[in-house]
Amino acid sequence: MSDVILSFENIEKSFFGVRVLKEITLGVPRGKVLGLVGENGAGKSTLMNLMGGVHAPDGGQMLLDSKPYAPRTPSDANDAGIAFIHQELNLFTNLSIAENIFIDGFPRMRWLPLLNRRHMRARTQQFLDAVELDVAPDTLVEKLSPGERQLAEIAKALSFDARIIIFDEPTTSLTARETERLFRLIDRLRSDGASIIYISHILPDVLRLADEIAVLRDGELVAHGQTSEFTINRMISLMVGRAIEQLYPERSAAPTATPVLEVQGVSQRGIVEAIDFTLHKGEILGVFGLMGSGRSELARILFGLDDHERGQISVAGKPYARPSARRSIDAGMAFVTENRRDEGLLMDISIAENIGLVALPHYAAASAGAVKEGRYYDQIGGVAESLAIKSGNIRQQAVKTLSGGNQQKTVIGKWLLDKPSVLIVDEPTRGVDVGAKYEIYSILNDLAADGAGILFISSELEELMGVCDRMLVMSNGEIQAVFDRSAFDKERILRAAFRENG
Amino acid sequence: MMEANVNEPNRAASRTQAGAQSAARGKTQRVLRKLLLSEYFVLYLSIVYFLVLWPFIPRIASPQNLGNIFSNMWPLLAVAIGQTFVLIVAGIDLSQPSIMALVSVVGAAVMTTQLDPVLFEKSPLWGVVFTEAGGPLAGSFLAVPVAIFAMLLVGALIGWFNGTAVARLKMPPFMVTLVGMMFFSAFAIYLVKSENIIHLPESYVLLGQGQISFIPYSFFIVGALAIAAQWLLSRTVLARWFYAVGTNMRTATVSGVPVVRVIVLAYMLSGVFAAVGSVFYSARLAAGRPTLGATLLLDVVGATVIGGTSLFGGKGKIMWTVFGVLFFVLLDNSLNLLNLSYFWVQIVKGSVILMAAALDVARTRLLARG
Repeated sequence: MSDVILSFENIEKSFFGVRVLKEITLGVPRGKVLGLVGENGAGKSTLMNLMGGVHAPDGGQMLLDSKPYAPRTPSDANDAGIAFIHQELNLFTNLSIAENIFIDGFPRMRWLPLLNRRHMRARTQQFLDAVELDVAPDTLVEKLSPGERQLAEIAKALSFDARIIIFDEPTTSLTARETERLFRLIDRLRSDGASIIYISHILPDVLRLADEIAVLRDGELVAHGQTSEFTINRMISLMVGRAIEQLYPERSAAPTATPVLEVQGVSQRGIVEAIDFTLHKGEILGVFGLMGSGRSELARILFGLDDHERGQISVAGKPYARPSARRSIDAGMAFVTENRRDEGLLMDISIAENIGLVALPHYAAASAGAVKEGRYYDQIGGVAESLAIKSGNIRQQAVKTLSGGNQQKTVIGKWLLDKPSVLIVDEPTRGVDVGAKYEIYSILNDLAADGAGILFISSELEELMGVCDRMLVMSNGEIQAVFDRSAFDKERILRAAFRENG
Repeated sequence: MMEANVNEPNRAASRTQAGAQSAARGKTQRVLRKLLLSEYFVLYLSIVYFLVLWPFIPRIASPQNLGNIFSNMWPLLAVAIGQTFVLIVAGIDLSQPSIMALVSVVGAAVMTTQLDPVLFEKSPLWGVVFTEAGGPLAGSFLAVPVAIFAMLLVGALIGWFNGTAVARLKMPPFMVTLVGMMFFSAFAIYLVKSENIIHLPESYVLLGQGQISFIPYSFFIVGALAIAAQWLLSRTVLARWFYAVGTNMRTATVSGVPVVRVIVLAYMLSGVFAAVGSVFYSARLAAGRPTLGATLLLDVVGATVIGGTSLFGGKGKIMWTVFGVLFFVLLDNSLNLLNLSYFWVQIVKGSVILMAAALDVARTRLLARG
């Protein structure tokens, strides 16, 4: 047996005349973990879709166990023993784990047209044991946490004896503990002989897991070798095509002492408890916390999307009661939500109208009055330009056609027409590649230098340490600790974030 | 193009031939694609339909019939414009026909000049609103304007009720307006005990039947309203809010769009435009009829959706609805000319709507492919 289980040979693929894969020749090592990295649009997903039978290559061929492999449908790929664990999971949330696992072929009773539930449960239990997921086979998937769902999906992959398992950004919605558990499982799958392709933007994870690393840039394979040959900096410069000296921009102005957002004793039972802090003009204030710590919930309360029972929120010294999104906006607040697809953007609508949506009422005398389109589109164009949103025509092109990074810049852009004094950003760099991350940090940096106060919520500690002036650490809905930039210390911050109450 | 003519002995010849064929096919495909994706697709479809039928039913092009088609369009268009607003905010208004019935009764009750006691004695309005001598404003010069105002007001009120239930109480639009349809049409019948109110003022009847040369009054009024609606849906802040709410309500909320107000407004517009349609329909009948519009629901929703307005919200234009209504009226008219029975008319209409829906899916897929 050769030590390559699947190989790509001179693979070519174009969409709409654009070459997205250029003569890719790459071997997937047998029984090892191959880390696959590259910016968004580098061709990682296309390459995986060829393996998965979603698309067919325009040129070149794939060999599986040295035999030609040309899947025409995803189920061909499954039959060949190739399993995908997607970023967005592919389980039916209204069905049980066992039903999900057997969805492609339910076991029947021998004489009756009925399902053999006992057999389903027993088999499912074996797979659940294998992935160390401690729930009953009949549990509905909707009752599982994101991490548990992922394990259930891996259990499904095991059920059809997958020999190659592809993980595409598997940790984006996992807590630190779930991530650790997933890594242990990947290690074990490898020692059991499975071949694994691990795709992620989180480069330290790739270094930790992979035996070999392959780097894609603009549809070309720019490097492939043993993990020991790579460092994070080398991977980044290979991905970006130039050396990036620093991951975070230099802060260009110091925060002032003028408060722009004061929060006193804000509480909502079961969600947040006695939140007190002050955000200053020109300050980037980080909020770190694990999943479920209340960080995103706090942002929604501050912006007036959710209620709070007690406490007071003041913007620029003026308290406001009965908050709502419109009142918050009029008070000078802006909110870049965690989920840009569902809450940040109108995906089918043009970039220009998305950017204009928040400040829209200021461009007409009345809501039934005509929008002053000259000024409206001029200023929108100005915002798009200042953010360097890559688009041919912002008035024609729908947002959904943009890359993740440009979409995120559009979400930020729609708050900038109004020049907010308080900007709340929740996970602004999720699913965004290295280059765009740097751009987003720079935008936040510039806004702070122009006098906005920024509340930067994130689950990535490194970026908060790189960008923020101060950091609040939340756990169980409370602020556990506050650190100044000079006192940033990874271990102490994490300890505060893991602190349990009582 | 993979023209596999490998087995052909005379390869060169067949290749050129195949090349010419495929070039021609490529061109027709491009033209077809362009037609299919055009905003004017339904207009073209109507024209083609008309031209195809012309040799079979020559009467379809007679001046009188063309006049019929032309005057039949406008009342239906008024109602369909209202539906367009609601569909854009990802709702649906099934109660429109019942609004038409109720406001037709209300308007007639206000302005009628004479009622037959034998028919109306049992009506709950007898002695309260109207008597043998007609409605409260019988014979007054204010009768017609006040009656029309009352009709529009009732339409707006029902719309407000629907919109509030949908937006504030988060009830599904389908349920709210379906129940509304049952309730208001039954209520209209109850008010007049199934009888038509006749003896309406002449000036009102003229509104539905009058013409300037061959152009009906309804053309001027509904035409002006359509232009106003198109302007409202393209140039204003509200326009952008309508589409934002229909595309993604959560994004709209976070962006400070007054979502509840926008949805309530859409349903109120739907009610008011249904009432406008009712003014013309009942003027044409010269009667307030408690079952007015009972068969119109499919026509209204069908015409709007065939025009291209999406049932999923966020997509729609008044111009599209104009074309959809034209197509529907033409279809109706041609089926009548063919002297088909009511059942056949319904069967054919249903098939055409289904085909239009299939075409819409095909168009959407083509658009998505870019």
